Amino acid sequence: MKYVRLIVANLMRAKRRTFLTVFSIAVALFLFCTLRTVITSFEASIRASEATRLVVRHGASLVFPLPLSYRDRLTQVQGVTGVTYGNWFGGFYQDPKNQFAQFAMDVPTMFGLFPETVIPPDQLRAFQAERTSCIIGRALARKYSWKVGDTVPIIGTIYPGEWRFVVRGIYEGKTQDVDENTLFFHWDYLNESLPEGRKNYVGIYWLRIASPSMAAAVSERVDAMFQNSSQPTKTETEKAFQAGFISMIGNVQLLLTIIGSAIVFAIMLVTINTMMMAARERTTEIAVLKTLGFSNGLILRLVGGEALLVSLLGGLLGCGLAALVFQKTDFTGGGFFPNFRVLPQTVLTGILLAALMGVLSGLAPAISAAHLKIANAMRKVV
Amino acid sequence: MRIPLAYNLRNLAARKVSTVLTALGIGLVSWVFIFTLALAGGFQAALQSTGSPENAIVVRSGSTAELTSIIDRESAAAIESQPEIAKAPDGTALATRELVVLWNLPRKNGTTTNVVVRGVTAKSFALRPKVRLVQGRMFRPGLEEVVVGKLANERIRGCSIGDRIKLAGHPWSVVGVFDAQGTSFDSEIWGDVELFMPVFDRPVYQSVTFRLDEPSHFGAIRKRLEADPRMSVAVKHEDEFYAAQSATLATLLRGLGLFVTLIMALGAISGALNTMYAAVGSRTKEIGTLLALGFSRGSVLLSFLIESTLLAVFGGIVGCLLALPVNGMTTSTTNFASFSEIAFRFQVTPLMLLEGLIFAAVMGALGGLVPSRNAARRVIVEALRQV
Repeated sequence: MKYVRLIVANLMRAKRRTFLTVFSIAVALFLFCTLRTVITSFEASIRASEATRLVVRHGASLVFPLPLSYRDRLTQVQGVTGVTYGNWFGGFYQDPKNQFAQFAMDVPTMFGLFPETVIPPDQLRAFQAERTSCIIGRALARKYSWKVGDTVPIIGTIYPGEWRFVVRGIYEGKTQDVDENTLFFHWDYLNESLPEGRKNYVGIYWLRIASPSMAAAVSERVDAMFQNSSQPTKTETEKAFQAGFISMIGNVQLLLTIIGSAIVFAIMLVTINTMMMAARERTTEIAVLKTLGFSNGLILRLVGGEALLVSLLGGLLGCGLAALVFQKTDFTGGGFFPNFRVLPQTVLTGILLAALMGVLSGLAPAISAAHLKIANAMRKVV
Repeated sequence: MRIPLAYNLRNLAARKVSTVLTALGIGLVSWVFIFTLALAGGFQAALQSTGSPENAIVVRSGSTAELTSIIDRESAAAIESQPEIAKAPDGTALATRELVVLWNLPRKNGTTTNVVVRGVTAKSFALRPKVRLVQGRMFRPGLEEVVVGKLANERIRGCSIGDRIKLAGHPWSVVGVFDAQGTSFDSEIWGDVELFMPVFDRPVYQSVTFRLDEPSHFGAIRKRLEADPRMSVAVKHEDEFYAAQSATLATLLRGLGLFVTLIMALGAISGALNTMYAAVGSRTKEIGTLLALGFSRGSVLLSFLIESTLLAVFGGIVGCLLALPVNGMTTSTTNFASFSEIAFRFQVTPLMLLEGLIFAAVMGALGGLVPSRNAARRVIVEALRQV
């Protein structure tokens, strides 16, 4: 430990170089955290899903609805302790670019199944009492500056026309992974506004089961019940359902990982070069230290430690900055990443990656410094 | 007088490891730059070229994708009777009514995806000359047969000729594969629309597409149909309709690419700065000699600037070479306007390569500027005195 001062002194001697190296590593790690967070923000819905919730939808495709009559039959399935349902509304606010999720939900039952959606009791009562009202997530309210009492016009694409909802409540998520960018309104209101042929259809049923271990058995029971009907169902855990949605994004994850790796690798090459230059310039000094009796091992640690320290500093700076910037700016990428938050794991991975970069970039110069022959090195100068 | 270029090349060669590492670092940055451009470009090209400017598509007003649109039989007939629609050789209107459903099908890698299943007519092919059958034969109307797009054929299980694919409880024989030249049709499955309607239990179409007899007639037909009290429809240029679906994601991809490369360029420039500072530092005596020989300060500055730009251009060339194999790679994502999978190929164009190269050169020049100025400002006597 007592040599830390020597390492720091060495770094401070070439301030410009140290600064530039720390900066470039910080840049790489900042980008790493950003790209990683794109992936983890997609996965927030998986983390937020409950193990005791099942999703029932049409067996063939999400675009086909299920009859409302399934509700009573689902309630009677052994192991099911609660049922709620809703339709994806698929509208937008003013311009198709303003996308966010809207769901028509069965209001009397929805809060029993989604306890992670928290809303003040008086707002809840107001929402339940008014058929044309809606509740919106905190982040959504902030984005469009909507307040309780405002009327929000939504243009429907699946259900045509302009729909006006009065905001009666603003909900929050119990954990940070719960999506706060959704608008919920009354399924009854949607249903009664539809033409006769489209009435009484449900997009998704959610089931609550007594324990997660019953998921497979209950799913099988439900699907078997409707197997031979004209509207067969597909039942799966909420987690599997969300994972299916995320897989729709395709290999974006792979692409981002490729880009992230290229960035880290590029900066590592640059850092290796810098570390080698730094060591080369100090060949004589290292020879002097050796003459003074510094062991090869100690020299190895001194030179390697310098690279490690620089990398760690850059890593801390880059990851810290990413965490701070995205938290402070409420970044959502135009609504595409509703839950853009740098996770602690991401920061940790980033810093470990920086440490790895430090070790790798310090390795070559450290080894050659340790193996330096004093006589050869001294001869170089004179 | 200019310092010869050979001086710079030899210098770069003299510090091989340092040159290679810095050049590779810069090269990777321009690789990422080209990679993201090719990704966004490929995605946009797939959707943009899906439509053709001579065609118009009619969907329910308010629908941004065919999936959410409904056109009933009466409206479809009324649309097809418009006088501005071009005539097919047999004298009927060159128009097609199509049905679009999403079907959950397994990919070859085991995961499932939403595939567009499109009910078409013979005129669907006449309206889209890009779509050509490359294997097998066309489906026969009235039979449970389908043809599949090239990318659906490659990626979806059970989409080879001779396979039977189960849709709506019926087994459909795959009898042909068509090439739609990189458009989103390449990810679709096509069959007879009049057979699809009863089988999929859909009494309505999703869209009507037609060819205009004169492109200038678009305004008139649009005005008439959108004002028609019997229906509530929107008439759009087919190419614009599909391009609008790609706008959000393509903008996002470009934005992400730009954000990543610009920030990353800062890191790479820092690396170039370090390398050039070290180069200038270790060659103090040389610089003194050059100045003493009578080379002007301007040519010393220029020489170092050229050296650092050369270094970066080498990197840029490596980046371009690495980007070449990316061209044509297939990837897929979801078209969020229609919730369906769209597979597309990366498109590396010569322009992108040139942009990547210029990007690298700019990084090199920026990284070399300040160190070169320092080099040029050396005082001869002091520079020569140094060891």
